[in-house]
Amino acid sequence: MNPVTLNVDNLRVYYRTLRGDVKAVDGVTFQVADGEIMGLAGESGCGKSTLGKSLIRLDGRMRHVDGRVDLDDEALPIDDMKAMDKYRFKKVSIVPQYAMSALNPTRKVGKMIEELLESRGVRFENVRPELERRLSLVGLSLDVLGMYPIELSGGMKQRTVMVLSTLLNPALLIADEITSALDVSTQKAVAETLVEFRDRDYVKSTIVITHDLAILYQIADSILVMYAGRLAEKAPADVIIESPRHPYTRLLISSLPEVGVRYEEKRLTGIPGRPPPLLNPPSGCRFRHRCPLAFEKCVEQPPFVEVEPNHRVACWATAPP
Amino acid sequence: METAEPQAEVVAGTVVAPAPSAAPKRRRSETLYFAFRNRKLLLGLSVVFFMLLVALVGPMLTDRDPFEFYDQLGQPPSKDHWLGTTAPGQDVFAQFVYGLRASFIVGAVAGCVAAAIGMAVGFAGGYRGGVVDEILSMLTNVVLVIPTIAVLIVVSAYLSVGSLFSEALLIGLTSWPWAARAIRAQTFSLASRDFVSLARLSGQSGWKIVVKEIAPNMSSYLFLTFILLFGSSVLIAATLDFLGLGPPEVMSLGQMLNVAVSNSALQLSMWWWFIAPGVGITAIVAGLYVMNVGLDEVFNPRLRQT
Amino acid sequence: MSRYLARKIVIYLLTFFVAVTIDWAIPRLMPGDPVSGLISRLQTDPTAAQEMHGYFTESFGLDQPLWKQYLNFWLGLAHGDLGPSIAYVGSSVSELIWAALPYTLALLVPAILLSYIAGNRIGAMAARRKVLDNTVLPVSYVLTATPYMWLALVLAYVLAFRWQIFPVSGAYDFSLQPEWTWEFARSFLSHWFLPFLTLFLVSFGGWAIGMRNLIIYELEADYANYLQALGAPNKLVRKYAYRNAVLPQMSGLALALGVVVGGALVTEIVFGYPGIGSLIITAIQNRDYFLLQGIFLFIIVGVLIANFIVDIAYVIVDPRTRTGLLGS
Repeated sequence: MNPVTLNVDNLRVYYRTLRGDVKAVDGVTFQVADGEIMGLAGESGCGKSTLGKSLIRLDGRMRHVDGRVDLDDEALPIDDMKAMDKYRFKKVSIVPQYAMSALNPTRKVGKMIEELLESRGVRFENVRPELERRLSLVGLSLDVLGMYPIELSGGMKQRTVMVLSTLLNPALLIADEITSALDVSTQKAVAETLVEFRDRDYVKSTIVITHDLAILYQIADSILVMYAGRLAEKAPADVIIESPRHPYTRLLISSLPEVGVRYEEKRLTGIPGRPPPLLNPPSGCRFRHRCPLAFEKCVEQPPFVEVEPNHRVACWATAPP
Repeated sequence: METAEPQAEVVAGTVVAPAPSAAPKRRRSETLYFAFRNRKLLLGLSVVFFMLLVALVGPMLTDRDPFEFYDQLGQPPSKDHWLGTTAPGQDVFAQFVYGLRASFIVGAVAGCVAAAIGMAVGFAGGYRGGVVDEILSMLTNVVLVIPTIAVLIVVSAYLSVGSLFSEALLIGLTSWPWAARAIRAQTFSLASRDFVSLARLSGQSGWKIVVKEIAPNMSSYLFLTFILLFGSSVLIAATLDFLGLGPPEVMSLGQMLNVAVSNSALQLSMWWWFIAPGVGITAIVAGLYVMNVGLDEVFNPRLRQT
Repeated sequence: MSRYLARKIVIYLLTFFVAVTIDWAIPRLMPGDPVSGLISRLQTDPTAAQEMHGYFTESFGLDQPLWKQYLNFWLGLAHGDLGPSIAYVGSSVSELIWAALPYTLALLVPAILLSYIAGNRIGAMAARRKVLDNTVLPVSYVLTATPYMWLALVLAYVLAFRWQIFPVSGAYDFSLQPEWTWEFARSFLSHWFLPFLTLFLVSFGGWAIGMRNLIIYELEADYANYLQALGAPNKLVRKYAYRNAVLPQMSGLALALGVVVGGALVTEIVFGYPGIGSLIITAIQNRDYFLLQGIFLFIIVGVLIANFIVDIAYVIVDPRTRTGLLGS
């Protein structure tokens, strides 16, 4: 058994709204091993972004309702804003969805990095050589440090944020939809950078949040599929892609266009229906209303069981306990 | 509970029950729901309504004429004169309620004029862009920089404003620039959106697009702008009246203050004379401003603090 | 950067030109003629009136063709000659304005600067602390909605008339002459305080509200979220938010100048303060067109200069203007 970096146990994170609690993350349990790049996939609104954010900073209306999170065998106090500061940036870090606007527009990039580091008790001069090395690694000229964000392209800002977020070699990196706004070739470069960071030990373990399974197939060691706030399936990447068990995963994979197949030969099918509302989700398996294999037992929530080593599924039909 | 959604699909031989979906509530009632719950909106609205009520009903409650001179000179509030009398013997309450009327009229008319011009200039510049925008922006900036008060003083001194409407017109003609700037910025961002491109492709003429597509999407913003213009117009009118540049035949709150000061109301300790008009102005304008904030929160869910 | 400033200069020159032209044109566009008005006030017998009419018309240059009058106006401007005053016969307009200007500036400059600084600071603090927010905000709204002359009256009534802490009117004690002595300075300050306070309070309200809203907006910005996600202390986030919020506030300063100048005028009138405001009232009451014109011009030039100063300050404060990538 590989040593585990991140252990998440029955995590529940809800959004408090005027109309009630939106159960965005509703009982999620999984582990990320040392050196693992785990993809977190699912459609919009399934809770993957909430899950990612909750591991580093609960913001807005997010409330930690239940469950625990352990990082390197140490409990992460995710609902304590102040206590989490100790871990942020140094142990757990994030490349946010809004990376392209994450830099202060009125500060030179280098100045902002310096001020951020100094405020976290890190002497800028000590880290500067490493910073420069990594900037060159991702293909950025050192001139970037003397420029304002407005002078950089989207891709350059993205890469800068990636370097900055991983500068202190965190144990866990959360990459939240970092390829969504990019063109295909840049996506490839960014994805490869993630792998490079892991290979060079800049980052121990990574959670890559995306709806793009293709990217995950390229770089992820394992993929965790989420649906409506709960986990559907977790398995090594090739297993998920080639032999998925959960009906949702299967439909997801089969709805992907295949290279070389023409539309006349095989029509693209989506998954009919819509995800359930998370304000008052239905009882039992949340996929049952759209599931072709649904039967009576599905009104009861299926457990997330291991069907083979490292392969967990939550489905009565395909993974009876 | 599952809501009936006609989405039953036959997949792989089994019939799947229709999915319960989050049918969005009617947007209108949601806005009203938040509107009635917003404290600032309610507070501002009630203050403004109250003053409006006083302005409308007040003159009917009293049989005193604001310009007539009565026997009691410079008397504090009493049964005969509810807010006392001025040094020359006019009824303060009558002046106050008629003055409130004038404030509302001027504020509304000037607000409309300024809003109209602001919209015309803002829409034209924001939608057209290019040379038209450059010229209009220059024009806006020039008028913006010139202090309104200075212009109004000079013009009113020469023109001797005869009626509330001309006063309102003047004020409207000088206070539109900031509204034009704000509207232009909003129009810019809306004009680049897809639904506008679609309208353009379908051959709609420029003005039609502005009126049918862009303006309705900005309606809340336009309304907020109008309220601010209303408020600032009331203040400007009060200043003009205070300087003696308003219509002399019409009783206004600013005029009351003007007469009070020139008759040494301060030194004669006739507080009832000059406190009331100021309270009136402040109440109307503050009410409008607070209403504005509340409405902003209602229209922009992000700002809501609940 | 120079392009940004150059654009501004062009606008200001254009504005100046337009303003001067309007200023010159208005009396000539109005019905009736100013000289007749002047004469009727002097109330002399008809024959003398005729002669005086001719005399004044000539001395005011009103018998010249319009284009010449326009040119003369500009020429006069270049020499600092704004014409004679009708209300204060014997004095020139520029004399009167220069005498009154220091008093108005003594009120305006400290009031604008202090209310801007204090308003921004307190508005920023209110954005962070709910308790402060719940008091500062309503008070600021009421303050900014208050007409200047009324606040002046209230302050004068309570603090000067009733409680006799400050004097009610004038710029200094009647018995004194302006001179560089402690006695004069003390008298000046005690007369200066209430009008200054009036301007300060009303303007303060506007700045506090504006800053509070801007700070809230900045604290929700992506860069603020990112910094907080990386565990940056609140102090750093607040510092960035403040620096960024100051920029639109600075643009707002230029706009607000017009309003506070108007406020200063009416405040002076209430306090009998011998600045431009009192001059205006006299000019209006006596239909002194030349004085009014001159004051108008002065105000415009003053506001333009102040705007320009703010623009320069903006360039210094917003580093993006120096990259040449940001337009005006």
